[in-house]
Amino acid sequence: MSNSNYSDTWKKPPFIVNPVLRWLIYVGSLVYFALAIGTMEINWTRVAEGLPRGLTLLSKFFPPNLADSRGVIVDGILESIWMAIISTIGGIILSVPIGLGAARNLSPKWVYLFCRSIIGVSRTFPEIILAIFAVKFFGFGPFAGFVALSIGTIGFFAKLLAEDIENMSKSQAEAVKVTGSSWLQWVNYSVQPQVMPRMIGLSLYRLDINFRESAVVGIVGAGGIGAHLLTSVQRYEYDTTATILISIIIIVIALEYTSGYLRKWVQ
Amino acid sequence: MPLIETSDGPLWKRRTTIKQWLIWAGWLIGVSIAYYAWNLISEKTIWMFVWDAPRQMVDIVGRMVPPSWSYMDNLWRPVWDTLNIATIGTVIAMVLAVPIAFLAANNTTPHKLVRAVALFIIVATRSVNSLIWALLLVVIVGPGVLAGTIAIGIRSIGGCSKLLYEAIEEINHTQVEAIEATGASRIQQMLYGIVPQVLPTFAGVAVFRWDINVRGSTILGIVGAGGIGVQLNASINVLAWTQVSMILLVILGTVFISEYVSAKVRHSII
Repeated sequence: MSNSNYSDTWKKPPFIVNPVLRWLIYVGSLVYFALAIGTMEINWTRVAEGLPRGLTLLSKFFPPNLADSRGVIVDGILESIWMAIISTIGGIILSVPIGLGAARNLSPKWVYLFCRSIIGVSRTFPEIILAIFAVKFFGFGPFAGFVALSIGTIGFFAKLLAEDIENMSKSQAEAVKVTGSSWLQWVNYSVQPQVMPRMIGLSLYRLDINFRESAVVGIVGAGGIGAHLLTSVQRYEYDTTATILISIIIIVIALEYTSGYLRKWVQ
Repeated sequence: MPLIETSDGPLWKRRTTIKQWLIWAGWLIGVSIAYYAWNLISEKTIWMFVWDAPRQMVDIVGRMVPPSWSYMDNLWRPVWDTLNIATIGTVIAMVLAVPIAFLAANNTTPHKLVRAVALFIIVATRSVNSLIWALLLVVIVGPGVLAGTIAIGIRSIGGCSKLLYEAIEEINHTQVEAIEATGASRIQQMLYGIVPQVLPTFAGVAVFRWDINVRGSTILGIVGAGGIGVQLNASINVLAWTQVSMILLVILGTVFISEYVSAKVRHSII
């Protein structure tokens, strides 16, 4: 087979097959990045000034001296943990009716649309923005954080619950329905057992997320360790900052492993 | 599904007695934890403010309408900054996440110790919220877009690397063996055996992360790290509620569009 038109070397095919689209994307992104970096307004003298400070901060991590100059870290961390737990519980209690309402196979259209829009709004805004408003409405303190994180939980939990219900097996639901069960019995005996294992897993996962968030909502005054973190950075108490960060990292890792382990065990 | 013999014949119960008791015990523990946590929170709450909340809500929402449409002229630049923080942050994260992912994946890591270090980087960057990274970086590089971009970049390394190394571990190994059989070096095996298999996932992860980062970069301004959060914070501080509602609308729009774009792009890749 000696076809002169047929190339005998192989070239890797490009990721984007259409050459026009490929070059358009290349040139477009080049222009975009030039513009984006050009408008960034980086103050290099300020950066040069700050770098030694960054090194000081970094040096406080090795070794950590577990400073707690104002005796507030343990208190703040505990507050964050309890806030995460109670807002996960509160969020789930709010999520269950909304999730049931947002499942198309369970509820009429207007309930469905209403519940979906609640989920949409709570998903769009980051927890911090919810926390800012919660602080305005309910005053400073962990209650505001509890409200913000509970509302944040709805967007996550109710959405996944609704999707899980929509994907459930119909035959089991019908089997329970033909026994003449009431709506509540029907949900309790056919829907709930099908979605429960995954929901337990998700609630543990959400607890994990809520702790991460509860560590920062304090920055806007909604309770937890965040307020102390902000103060320690503003007062240049970098050893306190380091201690707080290390404790947050340890707790998050511990939570992630426990929740991962429990989720495997449940499913 | 146990059947219990009673004088009226067998009775169906959903669970065995022991299982039922265990579930009750679980509920008891759960409820006590909730009760304890609730007490702790409510001790630190000034209930007078909470009872006053509905009035406050009506008041503030009333002050928020109508949104100050003309304020939009001041918001184009912050929106552009916000998108830049998210995009460049994602690029930084992906550039750093790819090598870390190859070092962390079981089948491509050069050594177990290297793998442990890579996994530690992934966990450590993931567990600290981008707002905390921004707080620290504002101290180091000064307030502005740069701090926000680096914060988003660092925070995203872990999230991206985690998804990437899982994708690398799940590749089809026969293709790599086929390349190996041609006498290719380790690097060539990686480039021609592994990379083509994971490239679509990589692109998907990048777009997915970009969507998350747009949402994340809207708030970094609260600690001074650039983006639309700066305006949000300023307007809230001076109680300019019509501006606040305008900013919230813009954030809503930006997040909605980024979600739409990311879903479209991911759909066309995967």
